[in-house]
Parts: sequence; structure tokens; C-alpha cells
Amino acid sequence: MNLSLLLIIPAITAAVILLARGAAQVRWVALTGAVVQLIAGIGLYNVFMQARSAGDDRQYLFEFRHRWFESFNMQYHVGVDGVSVAMILLTALVVLAGVLASWRQEKLAKDFFFLLTLLAMGAYGFFISLDLFTLFFFLEIAVIPKFLLIGIWGSGRKEYSANKLALMLMGGSALVLVGMLALYFQTDTFDMKRLAGMAADPSHGWIFPVLFIGFGVFTALFPFHTWVPDGHSSAPTAGSMFLAGISMKLGGYGCLRATGFMPDAAAQYAPWIVGLAAIAILYGAFATLMQKDLKYMNAYSSISHCGFVLLGIGMLTRTALAGAVMQMVSHGLMTALFFAVIGMIYSRTGTRMVSQMGGLMKTMPFICTTLFIAGLCSLGLPGLSGFAAEMTVFVGAWERTGAGYRLATIAGCISIVVTAVYILRATGQVAMGPAKETPRQDDAQWFEKASAIILIAGILLIGLAPGLLMDLVSPDAGYITDTLPSLP
Amino acid sequence: MPLQILLIPLLPLAAFVLLGLFGRRLPGPSSGWLATALLAVSTILSAGVAWDYFFVAGMQDGAYPTQVPFSVPWLTFTDEMRIDMGILLDPISVMMIVVVSFISLMVHIYSLSYMKGEARYATYFSYLGLFTFSMLGLVLSSNIFQIYMCWELVGVSSFLLIGYHYDRPSAVAASKKAFIVTRFADLGFLIGILVLSFHANTLDFPTLIERLTDPASPYLPAAAAPAFLGLSALTWGLVLVFAGGAGKSAMFPLHIWLPDAMEGPTPVSALIHAATMVVAGVYLVARLFPVFALSCPAALEVVAVTGILSAALAAVIACTQTDIKRVLAYSTMSQIGYMMFALGVAGWGAANEGFSASMFHLFTHAMFKAGLFLCAGVIIHHVHSNDLAGMGGLRKALPFTHIVFLVCCLAIAGIPPFAGFFSKEAILLAAWHKSTVIYSIGLVTSGLTAFYMFRLYFSIFHHKPVVPGTGHGEGGPAMMLPLAILLAGAVFAGFVPFSEFVTADGTPSPTELHLGFSVAPVGLGIAGILLARRLYQTANPLPGRIAERWQGLYRTAYRKFYVDELYLFFTHKIIFNLIGRPAAWIDRVIVDGFMNLLGQASLTVSDGISGMQSGKVQSYAAWFLAGLLGFAILTLYILFT
Amino acid sequence: MDVGLKHMLFVSLALFFTGVYGFLTRRNLITMLMAAELMLNSVNLNFIAFNKYVWPGQLDGVFFTLFIIAIAAAEAAVAIAIIINLYRSFSSIDVEDADTLKY
Repeated sequence: MNLSLLLIIPAITAAVILLARGAAQVRWVALTGAVVQLIAGIGLYNVFMQARSAGDDRQYLFEFRHRWFESFNMQYHVGVDGVSVAMILLTALVVLAGVLASWRQEKLAKDFFFLLTLLAMGAYGFFISLDLFTLFFFLEIAVIPKFLLIGIWGSGRKEYSANKLALMLMGGSALVLVGMLALYFQTDTFDMKRLAGMAADPSHGWIFPVLFIGFGVFTALFPFHTWVPDGHSSAPTAGSMFLAGISMKLGGYGCLRATGFMPDAAAQYAPWIVGLAAIAILYGAFATLMQKDLKYMNAYSSISHCGFVLLGIGMLTRTALAGAVMQMVSHGLMTALFFAVIGMIYSRTGTRMVSQMGGLMKTMPFICTTLFIAGLCSLGLPGLSGFAAEMTVFVGAWERTGAGYRLATIAGCISIVVTAVYILRATGQVAMGPAKETPRQDDAQWFEKASAIILIAGILLIGLAPGLLMDLVSPDAGYITDTLPSLP
Repeated sequence: MPLQILLIPLLPLAAFVLLGLFGRRLPGPSSGWLATALLAVSTILSAGVAWDYFFVAGMQDGAYPTQVPFSVPWLTFTDEMRIDMGILLDPISVMMIVVVSFISLMVHIYSLSYMKGEARYATYFSYLGLFTFSMLGLVLSSNIFQIYMCWELVGVSSFLLIGYHYDRPSAVAASKKAFIVTRFADLGFLIGILVLSFHANTLDFPTLIERLTDPASPYLPAAAAPAFLGLSALTWGLVLVFAGGAGKSAMFPLHIWLPDAMEGPTPVSALIHAATMVVAGVYLVARLFPVFALSCPAALEVVAVTGILSAALAAVIACTQTDIKRVLAYSTMSQIGYMMFALGVAGWGAANEGFSASMFHLFTHAMFKAGLFLCAGVIIHHVHSNDLAGMGGLRKALPFTHIVFLVCCLAIAGIPPFAGFFSKEAILLAAWHKSTVIYSIGLVTSGLTAFYMFRLYFSIFHHKPVVPGTGHGEGGPAMMLPLAILLAGAVFAGFVPFSEFVTADGTPSPTELHLGFSVAPVGLGIAGILLARRLYQTANPLPGRIAERWQGLYRTAYRKFYVDELYLFFTHKIIFNLIGRPAAWIDRVIVDGFMNLLGQASLTVSDGISGMQSGKVQSYAAWFLAGLLGFAILTLYILFT
Repeated sequence: MDVGLKHMLFVSLALFFTGVYGFLTRRNLITMLMAAELMLNSVNLNFIAFNKYVWPGQLDGVFFTLFIIAIAAAEAAVAIAIIINLYRSFSSIDVEDADTLKY
């Protein structure tokens, strides 16, 4: 399969959006594009699994290489492993749901959908890149639209949030750039495959943390997470969905790749990663307890949930790494669903403050059921994706026997109790209890339902048959752990 | 056989999915009938499986075997660590599927009439379906993670059913409380699973039990070596797993959710909070019993102490409560305490009578406690109040309910020849063999049980002349049929020779009855009944005066020993104010403040620099000149040194 | 007294810094232009002087001077055009008034 298709489809979609007239045409074009992306993603999954089951056990499949900047040895080098395939599927699902969730976007509809599609393209490019420079290039493509999405279509303190988000993410990518160039000047290549094959070097001792923190900013690494609450709460619905569902995953994926080509340094820094992850998990959860705004709640809980990704990466066992990837997928779907449903509620109640809502179950059964499903997934109910992912991380994490690692794992376990507390407090107040007046009483419309159902289907699929995802990503986690020095 | 067994949990699941998706569109009560019919099939199938297991397949080598007739990989971590969804048949799981599906069927039938006219009738039955599915899945689990999953599902269906009347704030609060408290306990369960499975390197029950009990197993020494705070990993794992069980089974101090859970519809209380879900903790300990008994008797002592403490405490509290359902809830907690300490005093091999006794009590208790709750449903339906003050003299209005209630009270009080007598005797006998302290507390508690149950009985059916009801009477046959069946259960269940079927190692042991031993408990029971009769048969000032006299004790028991207040203090004052609020504050002020400070600093610096760009041509020229001179001097300096 | 290279350079230096001083201190744009012309002329003087005393057989310095004179004339024309335009906008040819092009 030609992986460049994943770039060409959004590019064509974006171009056609620019040519379309009127909001109606624009959104149908965007929807068609999103559907085609999803089909391409599923197709990719199919051929990938076929190739794997046919015994093709090279780490990256469908590679393609084109040297586009000869003198600096920069290449357009793409290829996918199971982790990339999982991320691509996640992106395609979230994009489709996001387009549907913003169906009623009237203000500057053309620009809005254009930017969404551009962001998607950046994400696809990022996930298929095997060349660090190309990777960086697509990372930047994915950042800029976010700034505009929040700054133009946002709400609340949108200028502040847009600036903060763009500056912090740019700061992160500046660190990525520094780390990347440092690697380049040492090895004369940007190629991740070649980097992975090289021997450990003392300079990795500083390059790895720089790269890891750079990517970590994207995935809300403590203490570089403060863009998350403001960014998410000011963004429009689809913006939040993309931000939490896709952008934060760019960071997790990057961290995983950095671990992949500097395993020695990763092992050296593992205690730090695990420590910061444990702090993020607990601290995010407790901070969520105090939030009164639904979007802030979900943003803080994202910090906590993304902590599991970092925890899994820091544990460096095969199971934990696979769990980290599963958690990325699960969190992407779950949090996108959460933001979608918050958007639906907000458009009907005119408020996002939990205390001003009540008893919505009576008038909006569909929306409230969706809210419950998102909440239950967040608190790790079996049968939904969050459970499988978190348990995989826990089981993998417990394989590390150090007291600190154990403590971090227990911190993770504690956070799922705290999660139950804040989720039940919020959903109980919003959906249950005596009904309060709302400006609109209608239940979800077809596009909102479609958006929610797509995400719920994903959550249920992973929740009921986590083996599918596990089989996809576990071998690649194995490639990383195989290169590791022996761990204590 | 596998298909037949698979269908047992899957039929209720089908009911959940069908009614959850399409229930609203089904006309009238047909959704309830559909669910009931599916469950009836499931009940027949489980009866068939039990028959096959005990009588057709029978024993192998003198013991009932542990079989895994079905297993499918679900999530594979490593070759050994994998979650397989499977079915495990052994005496206790077979006994449990019969109990669960049977009680659930009774509740379904009862609800057909009890819930008639509710707006969310179909939703109610779909939740019941979800609960029954997860409970059946729980008891059939062949994998420790599978049991944890079903455990959580049971918790969530309990949450949904308690909060069924979601427009009542008290119901919402109760449902949240139940979920969060049990979730907190599950934290222990989860960590316990991680510990146990790490040391056994498997998640599969039979393998795990074998690896952790076989003295020749290479896994056991590492697990049994002191690991943390002087206790072995095995002890920690088992105690933590038990903590999860204690949460679900409402053992002290994790019991606070159970009385509040009575906010749910009464049939739900009968099913979930009396007969099935709350015994899941007992079941869990029974499931891992070989590990407890063979490898770690210390953990078993924790079980025994927790059990007896809960039994006694709950009985004292039950004497003072005035809400009919809350009295029943505390009595449930007390009876589960019995089952727990029965397991706690049991040993392996010849000394395992406690195990059978516990399972026996679980079985009989399910019958009469479900009967009591369903009767309570009829009474509440009739007088439209939960409070004992609004009841009295109902034996004329509700004659049939009166009989069922009386028989069930006699059964729970341990009066022969009703069911509770046999199981309670077995438990006390097991305790007698092990520890006098536990035995004597258990004995006193059984007297208290008789007292508070008959306090309830006399207050409802005698006490006052006649309380005017709403005229609902006893409902239709749909409500009376389950009562009649459970009445039969409460009378005859005790005659089942239980220990010939259910024992810890599957080897049957003869059922014995020591009549001499029974004198003390039965005597105490009768004394309790007589005391209740003296105090509550007619309205008299004596109970009030006693309460006055022992004011401190009464008040403390009435306020449930202030455990709730303690929890409130801990959660609100400590967790919210000392952890949550500071965390949020640090985030806003310090972490975010630091980022904002960075932004502010760079703004200030650039503000300063921007002053140079003044627009004054001459100042530019001066800077230019200065720069030029600087370069010139630098160049000269470099050239000439 | 024989007039040599040093004398020429000294005059040129004095002329240059007079120009610099004028350019930095005068507020009137015309005067500033004149100061700039002084600097240019000091450079011209240098070229001529070096040409005459160091490489007498060549004409490079003379050509440079001619070029500079020509360019200075063009520059003066452009500068005066700018000054006239400034006067139209600000009604003044004070350099302090024309400071709108800034941060």
C-alpha cells in the first residue's frame, strides 16, 4: 500500500474545500474526505495484518524513500508499524467524528474545515514518518491550525489560550528540533531506522531528555501540562476533540519513538519518567476533583490519563509499552467522545458549569447515555476501552520490581478510584437529580448521534476485543524492549 | 454442555442489549415478560447444569472435579499472563449459578407487577439483565481478571439500579456512594490481583491456586517470603483481595454504602443487596480458599475477625433503626459477617466444615432474605412508607405476606426446623471448634438477630390496631408467586445435605446434626423473640424508657457508630481540602504561574529592547557609529595583539 | 612648509568628524544633508590624497571621486525629494518630528 495516500487524501480534501461554495458544500466535502480517510485507514489495517500474518516480520512495512534535501540527507521516508497503524486508525475515527460534531459550524465554515483537514494531514504525516526531519515537519503542520482554531472559533479567554498553547507547543517542538539536530550532527542522518541500529552514545544522556521533554509537552508531561486545561476549554468542540484525541497522541508517539532509538538512555531515565508520570496521574486526578467546568474537568482528567501513557513508556516492559499505546488509542476515543458530548450539552444548556445543570436525563436521554458511557470508559469499566488499556499498563508495570516502580503503579491504581469520584460527581449532577431549566430541550440530532456512535463503536470494539489492538501493537513493543539493556 | 452453560449468562445479556436498545419501543409490559422469559430459560439451564454436575457426571476419585469446559483468549499479555474468558465449574460455582438465576427469576416475576406503570419499565429490566449477566459471569469466572471485570460490571449495574429513580437526590447520592465505596475497596482487589498474579505468573484460577498451594511449586517460596513490613507478598495479596471482597460484601468498615443502597427499588434490594451481589465477597474468598487455608492462614484470621466484627456491629445497629429496609440491610450485613467468619475459622481437609457451613448459609440466606425483602416490598407498596412508625397491625390487611414474613423471620432467627437453623448451627459449630471468642460473639449475635427481626415483625404486623393502607393489598399473583416459592425455600432449604455436595476440596463429608449443641443458640433465639414480643407486640413506653436509660449506647448505635461521619470527615476535610484543593491551587498558581511568569518576563525584556527602535534617525545614526567604532577598535585590537 | 599626505589626511579627518557632529546634532534635515555631504567630501579628499601621494601614476582614486560626486548629486536630489515630502506631511523639516516609523 502506498502510504502517501494518507497525505494525498486530506490534501485533496483541503483543496476541494477551498473550491467549494457555501457551508453546506464545504461540510459534505469534509465529511466525504473523512470517510475516505477512515476507509483508507481500515484498508491499511487489513493489508498490514495480512502482511504480518503472512510472516512479514520486518519492523516497518510499506516503506517508501525519497531524498528531498540531498545536502542535509533529509528524506521523505515513510513506513508503518503496528503502533502507527493504531494511531492512524484513531486519527481517522476522531477526524470523522470531529467533522460530524461541528456540522453546524456556520462562522467561516470553509476556513474551519480547511484547518481541520490540514491538522489531520499533519497527524497522518507524523505517524507515518520514519525520518526525523519529516516527522518534525508534520509536527509543525499539526500545531499551527490549532492556534487558529482556538483563536478564531474558540470561546472564553481564547486569545490567551491560543497563545499559550501555541507558545508551549512551539517550545516543545523547539526542544525536539534541538535534540534532532544534535543527533544529526553526530550521526549525519535523520533516519530513525538507522538511528535505532546505532550503538549507544554518551551524548544520548542529554539528547534523550531534550527530545523526550519536547514530545512530552504535547502529551501533558508534568510540569509542562498547563496548556492543556486552557487550550481545551477555549477550543471549539471539534478543536478540543482533535487536540485531546490526536495532538496529545503526537507527543506520546514521539516519546515512544525516542525510546525506540535511544533505548539505553531511556533505561537510564526510566525512574524520572515514571516519577513524573505518577505525579501527573495523581495530581491530575486530584486537580480534576476541584473543577467546576466540564471542559476543565475533562482537560485535567486528560492529564491524568495521559500520565498512564508515560507510565507505560517509562516502565519499559513489553506489556507496559503495549499498554501505553492502547491507552493512547483508548484515551483518544474516550476524550473525543467526552468533548463531543460536552459540546452537545453546552449548545443546549448554554453553560458548562456542572452546578448549573441537573436532571438532563429526562429531556436528553441519548446525550446523557453518551455522557455515561464516556464517563464509565474514563473510570475504567470493563467492556469499554479504558479498562483494557489501564489493566495492560498495570500488569506490565508490575513486572518491574523496584519499590519506586511499585509505588508508581499503586499511584496509578489509586487514581482510578479518584476518577470514579469525579466522574460520578459530575455525571450525577448533570444527568441525574431534579431537572433544571435549559434553553433548549431537544435530544441529539442525527449528526451528533452519528459522531457519538462512531466513537462509542470504537470504544466498545477495543473494550470487548482488546486482543485486536494488542496483537497489532505488541510485536512493535517487543522490537523496542528487545533492544533494551537488561533492566533491574 | 459448553453451549448450554454459555447460554446461562448470555441470555440475560441478550435481555440487557435488546431492552436497552429497543425496550422503549416495545408495547406495554412486553419488555418485562421478554426479560423474564429469557431468565426463566437461563434458570432451567442452570438447574440442568447443576443436575448434570452433581448427579450425572458426579464425582471423580471421590471428589467433585474442577472443570473448565470453555475458555477463549481475550487479552494476552505474555504467554503465561493472559486473560481468558472461560467458565469454571466446581461445586460452589454450580451452586451459585442456581442461586443467582433462581433469585433473579423470582425478582423478575415480582417486578412484573411491582414496577408496573413505571416510565422506565424496560430500562429497569434491561439493568436487571445486565446485573444477572455480570453476576453469573462473576461466579463462573475461570480467570482472576475475569472475576474482576464482572465484579466491576456488577458494581455498575448496582449503581444504575440504586439510582433508578434518578430524579431523587437521595437515590443519586446513594448510588454514587455505593459505587465509590466499593470502587475504593476494589483498589485493594486490583493490587491484590497484581501481587498474586505476579508471583504465580498466571491469571488463570486453577493454575494460580495450584502454583500457590502446592508445596513443591517453584513459585510458592518467593511468594511466601517476607516482602513488605514483615509480611509475605502472599499475605498482602490475599488481604488486599479480601479488602475488595469486604467492600462488595459490606464488611466493616466498608459497609457504609449498603444501608443507603436501600434507595433502590425494593426488588433490587432483594436481588442485589441481599441475596446475590453482596455475597460476592464471600464467594471470592471461597474461590481462593485453598490459597488462604493452605498457604496463608494469617490472612484467613483477618477474614474471621472482620466477619465477626461486622456480624456483631451490624446486629447492634439493626436493633435501633426505624426504616424497615435499613433494618434488613443491617441484618444482611450481619449474616454476611457470619458467612465470612465461617470461612475464616475453616481449615483444610477434615477441618473444612466452616467452608461448607458458610456456603450453606449463603444458600439459605439467599432464600429467606430475598423473601423478607420481597415482603417488605409488599408492605411498602401497601403503606407507602419505609418507616416503622407508619406501620402496625398489618396482619389482617396482608395475611399471606404476614405468614411469609413470619416464617422468614423464624428462619433467620435460627429456629428449627427452618432453613436458617441448620446453616447457622453449622457455622457456630465450626466456630466452636476453632475459637471460643468467635463462637461466643456469634452466639450473642444470633440472639440479637432474633430480637431485631422480631422487633421488625411485631412492629409491622402487631403493635398498633390497624394502619390504613392505600388498598394495594398484596398485589397480584405475580407478586405472590415468588413469595410462595421463597417461603418453600425458607422452610425446606435447610434439609439439603449441603456438605455432601459443597466442600472446600470437593470431597463430600457427611452432614451431622448435634442436637445437644443447638440448645444454647436456639434458647437464645427464643429469648430474643420473647423479649421483642414483650417490648413491641403492643404499643408501650418500655422501649422508649430503655432507650432513655442506655442513651449513650442507643444514640451511638442509632447513628451507626459514627462511621459515616468519619468517612465524611475523611473525604471532605482531608481529601478535598487537603489534597484536591491544594493540587488545583498549585496547578493554577505555581505551575501555571511559572509559565505565565516566563511569558511576562519575555514581554518585559522585549518591551525594553523595543525602546531602541525609536524612529529617531539621529539616534540610529549614533548607534550605528558607536557600533562601527566598536568593530573598528575590536579589529585593531585583534590585528595588533 | 611642504604639504604632505599627513596634512591632507588631517584635514579630511577634521572634515569627516565635523560632518558626523553635524549629522548627529542638527535638527534641520537640510543641515543634516549638508553634514552628510561634508563626510562624503572628506572621503573624496582621502581618495585624491592617496592617489596623488601613494600611487601617483594611476587614476583610480580620481575616478572614485568622480563617481562619488555623481552619486552624491543623485543622493542629494533624492534626499531633497524626501525632505519635501516630509514637509508636506509634517509641515516641518525638523528630524525630531519625523519619528513615526518605529516599534
